[in-house]
Amino acid sequence: MEHEKVINSAPVIQVKNMYKRFGSFIANNDLTFDVYKGEIFGFLGANGAGKTTAMRILCGLSSPSSGEIQVAGFDIYKQVGQIKKNIGYMSQKFSLYEDLTVYENMRLFGGIYGLTNKEIKERSANLLQMLGFENARNTLIKDIPLGWRQKLAFSVALIHKPKIVFLDEPTGGVDPMTRRQFWEMIHETAAGGTTIFVTTHYMDEAEYCDRVSIMVDGEIRVMGPPAELIQRFGVENMNEVFIKLARAKSTEL
Amino acid sequence: MKRFIGFVRKEFLHIFRDWRTMSVLFGMPVAQLMLFGYVITNEIKDAPMAIMDPSHDTYSMDITSRLTSSGYFLSERNISNHKEIEPVFREGKVKIAVVFPNNFIQQAQRERKATIQVITDASEPNTANILASYTESVVLKYAMSLQKSSGMGIRIEPKMMYNPTLKGVYLFVPGLIAMLLMLISALMTSITITREKELGNMEILLVSPLKPAQIILGKVLPYFLLSFSSAVLILLTGYFIFGVPIVGSIVLLLAETMLFILMALSLGILISTVTSSQQVAMMISMVALMLPTILLSGFIFPVENMPEVMQWLCKAMPPKYFITIVRGIMLKGNGLDVLWDETLVLSGMTLFLMILSMKKFKKRLA
Repeated sequence: MEHEKVINSAPVIQVKNMYKRFGSFIANNDLTFDVYKGEIFGFLGANGAGKTTAMRILCGLSSPSSGEIQVAGFDIYKQVGQIKKNIGYMSQKFSLYEDLTVYENMRLFGGIYGLTNKEIKERSANLLQMLGFENARNTLIKDIPLGWRQKLAFSVALIHKPKIVFLDEPTGGVDPMTRRQFWEMIHETAAGGTTIFVTTHYMDEAEYCDRVSIMVDGEIRVMGPPAELIQRFGVENMNEVFIKLARAKSTEL
Repeated sequence: MKRFIGFVRKEFLHIFRDWRTMSVLFGMPVAQLMLFGYVITNEIKDAPMAIMDPSHDTYSMDITSRLTSSGYFLSERNISNHKEIEPVFREGKVKIAVVFPNNFIQQAQRERKATIQVITDASEPNTANILASYTESVVLKYAMSLQKSSGMGIRIEPKMMYNPTLKGVYLFVPGLIAMLLMLISALMTSITITREKELGNMEILLVSPLKPAQIILGKVLPYFLLSFSSAVLILLTGYFIFGVPIVGSIVLLLAETMLFILMALSLGILISTVTSSQQVAMMISMVALMLPTILLSGFIFPVENMPEVMQWLCKAMPPKYFITIVRGIMLKGNGLDVLWDETLVLSGMTLFLMILSMKKFKKRLA
């Protein structure tokens, strides 16, 4: 039901026949998919399946070998600058500069994304309030527990109100409780109309997504709402869907 | 532009909040200069000396008093027998022994040829050498004053140009500036950029609207300013504490310093494109930059005395040119009319490294 809501809105990411080759190796083989406004799109796949490569292309960090791609309404070949202003990015590896305070981090990224001082003040006050974190405004990041840092990093990725947020395994190394809270934040953000493009290893998290795609060997093997996929494969949960796909791959070999 | 300023401010905060970086930037220059200025010195003062003077005449006593009043030597022992010489050396009581023959004055006057034996403790070869040559010069001076009074002989009057008292600090200040600028600019930049990569921050910055050139410039600009102030700090310490003069144009000196900093920063960026680990960056900087700066630049060891292959190697080292330039300006008062070729070589190297490092940095992103 939830995905009816998203299907009706306009696509913010359009990918058509995208290829990425490194020499004779094909990392992305003919990817075609759309992601809609306010949708939580799970981008799944084993390590080396090509999801990081695809995500880097969508963020403008690398260019595709061929294909038609639009992100936030801008062309990936000609308007990378515009795309970068309209997306946010957060990865497992990075959770803010440890030797800067919470506010200094916000000011830095607000500044980098071209917000005015007034906007930075307003936005950071807002974000801190949403997190219930007003007291930690001037605390150094290194004095803040890891789970909190991850939530803060997510907030900082939202400081410039991007149309799309790319989350690269955002909950890696975080305890289950924090992961749950983190996904609540993701849902709230998506409800506000921001599109979430997320990669993850945790299959239980995949079930929180509106739609998922699973990549195997550089191709998108299946795509759809988690409930539908579970039904189609006649299994109990997403984890089993994933295992079935991986088995199919090993019998091919 | 505003994006960029915010980014530079963040870099300054990183530096000011890290006491290790701060101490390298400002503690190290002063500490090094003190070390080189006071501790590592070739000058010798009050070396313990033994005298054996069986002749005990006006000449020998004159020479002895000249030696002891020179400040180089301290008369520690008077000995009367050749057998006593070895034991005093072995006990480490003296560093030098001066032995006069019997009938010294008679030999000198009648035969016009008298020999003084100088024995030094060559377990420290440098000190031994210096002591021997000090003694020689004191004796020679005395001999010449004798000849002068009798109205004959040739006089040699050495004048040590640009560093009349042969102070070691004069030698070390230019070298230290080169070394520290290398350390701060190249080593610290390569570390700060690789740190950003190691922590995964670089990705975040590259996804942002900041352009790669802005990221690099933003990381490098604070180090440019800080290494420049560090160089000024060395010059001030040299001038006020050790009295190292700046004879030539200060503006030219500072301009050349900036040129060298640019060169070192480019090297730092280049190193950071080769590796993404702070450890490796540090290793490369230490081995590939610091050692050549100290050994192959004429900082301590004169290039002219090296084997030809090494001399060619030295010619490829930017610090060599910078040290020549700084010495020229500070001690000799040279201007661009003399130093243009060194400046040209240094500029060429800087330009080459800058282009190379920017190219490599951009290539890594694609």
